[in-house]
Amino acid sequence: MSLRLRLDKPWRPLSVEEATRLPGQLGVYQVADAAGTVLFIGHAGGRSPFGLRSELQREASERGPGHQFRVEVNQQYRSRWFELLMVYKADHGSLPADNAKNPPPNLGRLSPA
Amino acid sequence: MDFEPSSEQQMLIDQVRRFVREEIIPLEAKLDPDASELDPADHARLVEKTKAMGLFGIDIPKEYGGPDIDIVTRVLLAIEMAQHRAGLYVPCYGTFGGAGLAQIFEANEDQKERYLYPTLRGEKKAFFGLTEPSGGSDPARAIQTKAERKDNGWVLNGAKIFISNADRAQYGIVFARTDAAKGRAGITCFIIDSDTPGFHVRRVVHTLRSSHYATELEFKDCWVSDHQVLGEVNKGFAVANDRLTRQRIPYAAGCIGVAIAAHEMAIGWAKMRSTFGEKLANRQAVQWMLVDNEIDIRTAKHFTLEAAEKARRGLPFRIEASIAKLTASEGGGRVVDRSMQIHGGMGMTKDLPLERWYREMRIRRVGEGPSEVQRMVIAREILGSNLR
Repeated sequence: MSLRLRLDKPWRPLSVEEATRLPGQLGVYQVADAAGTVLFIGHAGGRSPFGLRSELQREASERGPGHQFRVEVNQQYRSRWFELLMVYKADHGSLPADNAKNPPPNLGRLSPA
Repeated sequence: MDFEPSSEQQMLIDQVRRFVREEIIPLEAKLDPDASELDPADHARLVEKTKAMGLFGIDIPKEYGGPDIDIVTRVLLAIEMAQHRAGLYVPCYGTFGGAGLAQIFEANEDQKERYLYPTLRGEKKAFFGLTEPSGGSDPARAIQTKAERKDNGWVLNGAKIFISNADRAQYGIVFARTDAAKGRAGITCFIIDSDTPGFHVRRVVHTLRSSHYATELEFKDCWVSDHQVLGEVNKGFAVANDRLTRQRIPYAAGCIGVAIAAHEMAIGWAKMRSTFGEKLANRQAVQWMLVDNEIDIRTAKHFTLEAAEKARRGLPFRIEASIAKLTASEGGGRVVDRSMQIHGGMGMTKDLPLERWYREMRIRRVGEGPSEVQRMVIAREILGSNLR
């Protein structure tokens, strides 16, 4: 049985307070605008001081109000991050706007069923 | 056999050791602990250095412009190249270049023009499509992907799993059953372009490995012409089998390199760390772990160099390659495990490379033929080939 390909949990409002409730674990996350358009897919890796909590606190501080987020705790954060980027690109034809500004080198391609 | 490196080999070993310690490890300290790639600018800079060292394209045969490194020397260098965090699966982050898949050197001239030479120039990458959801240890029987004749070509239908780099490659070598009645004599090897209609990379398969995630492939009415057959129809398994045997020697060398790095870290830690007023190095429990590490490393190195030497001399080396792969992957795993134990809690963290080596080394007992298959190969050799 394979894992779920897409990250489709409910959105949560992006704020420092909400991010502070997150676990300090490794994983992946998405940030969207108020309409639910994904702007960025990121990951909390081994050098994040408090994992997802630190990354989303930073996102909230930098982006300000009017954004949403969702996370997935995942020890295999890098391969899951690449997978989410490739699935998004297959679904939408391009990367999320903020990933497109600095795309990871040699990103592969998927054609999910 | 005398496995002491010659002065020329020692010079190359020292050169590569310096490269790993002075160029790779400092860059790696700034990367995510699970990263598999350098920044492209750093990669390009280091490629220029390996070219200046005369070691770029290290696996490319001399007749194709490679640096003419024999397999024994190659093993000695592979042991050095693996001695960093990502070194087990991405030795030196690929800065010594690649040679592509060994099978593509068996291609006809037309195929070499289209695939081999662009690969050697770094313009194309390839994947190796053998394992299927039905199994990987016994590919001759497990392959269910079918290729059927149609319109002067073949139509492929089926699936592959645990395939590295398929999402980034321009082409792949894919094994399919072309005659269901003939068992291993009914398998053909095809070259499949990644943009062929009906070829799909369906998903990432997440494993313990941080480097080179695997993918799952699907072939759905994927038509290729006769020009895409590599070698002869129904003789594909020989191509796969030869590769699997040869691959076991450098595969073992990588395990040894990581084991040496872990062992050196454990020795350094044991000399530095005190508990209950005594250095760890003075405690017999720790000394014995270090001794067992040393024995595992020396054993694996001896058998791997023996296999390489037989291969270099053109002698049969199937049993030696299996012994090398077995001792290095199992011994390497034990060395990393003991080294983590000596480090205590710090050994479990992503602050040190031991955590990544532990996960990735575990895969080595399964990849490129699991330990059980290596033991079967050895048993058949010592008990006679008619053993079933």
